[in-house]
Amino acid sequence: MTKKMFKNYMVNFAVVSIIFVILSLMMSGGILSKYYQGIIIFILINIILASSLNLVTGFLGQLTLGHAGFMAVGAYASALTSIVLKSIISDLPLLLVSLFVGGVSAGVVGIIIGIPALRLRGDYLAIITLGFGEVIRVIINNIEITGGAQGLTGIPRIASFKYAYWIAVVVILVLYRLTHSKQGRAIKSIREDEVAAEAVGVRTTYYKVLGFAIAAAFAGVGGGLYAHYIAFLDPNTFNFMRSVEILVIVVLGGMGSLTGTIVAATILTILPEALRGFAEFRMLLYSFMLILMMLFRPQGLFGTGEFKWQGIYDRTLKLRKALMNREKKEAVDGSTRGE
Amino acid sequence: MALLEASNISIQFGGLKAVDQFNLQVNDNELVGLIGPNGAGKTTIFNMLTGVYLPSGGDIVLDGKSIVGKKPYEIVKMGASRTFQNIRLFKELTVLDNIKIAYHHDLHYSTLSSILRLPSYWKYEKIAQESCLEFLDLFDMRDYAETLAKNLPYGKQRKLEIARALATKPKILMLDEPAAGMNPHETQELMETISLIRKNFNIAILLIEHDMSLVMGICEKIVVLDYGRVIAEGTAEETKNNKDVIRVYLGE
Repeated sequence: MTKKMFKNYMVNFAVVSIIFVILSLMMSGGILSKYYQGIIIFILINIILASSLNLVTGFLGQLTLGHAGFMAVGAYASALTSIVLKSIISDLPLLLVSLFVGGVSAGVVGIIIGIPALRLRGDYLAIITLGFGEVIRVIINNIEITGGAQGLTGIPRIASFKYAYWIAVVVILVLYRLTHSKQGRAIKSIREDEVAAEAVGVRTTYYKVLGFAIAAAFAGVGGGLYAHYIAFLDPNTFNFMRSVEILVIVVLGGMGSLTGTIVAATILTILPEALRGFAEFRMLLYSFMLILMMLFRPQGLFGTGEFKWQGIYDRTLKLRKALMNREKKEAVDGSTRGE
Repeated sequence: MALLEASNISIQFGGLKAVDQFNLQVNDNELVGLIGPNGAGKTTIFNMLTGVYLPSGGDIVLDGKSIVGKKPYEIVKMGASRTFQNIRLFKELTVLDNIKIAYHHDLHYSTLSSILRLPSYWKYEKIAQESCLEFLDLFDMRDYAETLAKNLPYGKQRKLEIARALATKPKILMLDEPAAGMNPHETQELMETISLIRKNFNIAILLIEHDMSLVMGICEKIVVLDYGRVIAEGTAEETKNNKDVIRVYLGE
């Protein structure tokens, strides 16, 4: 690890910790009410869901519409785990164990669905994943262990802000590291040109299924957090519209940009809440904003790039240099005029 | 024994016999040119040799092993790599990343070590960085390392595609119309690149080309194809004076 990278890690870690401390102080100090706390937790859950979908849609370049299905698998698997184990172990290990179970089962379902589905591309893949997502929802609706259409109750409410926050941080960190490695390069090469990727020796099927499975697993973790915050699961929350909501976050933030996803998840979770004052015009304004966004910035907020502190530093340095040059020039101009 | 040997390969698309009983031998360090009019089946043959199409008959042997039915990435691993007629780069990635992707197989670390950033990740990423930059040096493209591939001028894009194919460490390099769409200056640069490859790497090259000056100038052996059949084979001199070749190219 070079010194510069170590510095970057430390800066990012410091920023993440400061945000955490500020938010938790505001919560314990009563500045943020329960209502706002709920919104913040939903932002974190959406960050996990959207950044995992970004791995498939943004980095791997495959359009999928069934992400809510994996979220559902994770939510139910982890909820059932914690219902069984809640009398035996305490909160934090219970949450971690159940999220682990949720993530692994969603990942396994991801592999099972991914192997046949990823043979297809483009709109065909979108349709087939949409189908699989709905199949999962309908199955959950019709079996007894999940409580069926009546929903699942008795889930311990243990997903507090601090756990959700650090889990989201870990998910982003893992995705960032994965996309900046040999596996990440292989995944991006498939997005750029699948034929060429195979022609330089990339095992395209393997990496497609790998990306898909990891994304599904993290969607499962997101679903697990959701289950342990709401403490009640209704199969119909995981419908097609949920998948589309996640996809909108990814597109708005920029396909292939994790930081963009974080910003977009924050905006798009707050926006519908902030627009409550407009009553029936709420969804209209929301849609209108999306249309404007796509017209004026079709590549998303961040495009494929990542936000970097180094970038701001470089930019201010450049700006200062430019300003200094201008001053110098003006001084020279002034002196020549004076003569 | 020949490095690459195709014996009696054929392929049919519906009722059309695109390639019929095609034979080819490429020896170590040999530069073979494959020419023929449009639609003669040259690219189809390439696609069979690299595993994109499955021949309906015949056998292809690379370095003693049959490659029929193997996946394209497996064939790359066995030592045959190619470029495309219409350049296929990873456009939104940097020049360096393009090379690194082709270098993939020499980086032995798992997904887990990327996520946990284990020592093996740092070790092999360092190796990748250094060897890929050296590789770019060889092609005089180090200055472009951080440029996005799509922003390179046309001639350099072709050069990068060839460099990327070479980064997989092939025994045979197949170039599909490398001079297509190039101006004379760029063609000249391409010829320099090819002779550079021959000097620095111990590999055979199979070349599809329309540009006669290029083919006649550098190829040791030329195979002429028409309607999926070989109509002539030999040195540049021999094929130039072959009656069938003149008929196909100039008409009777």
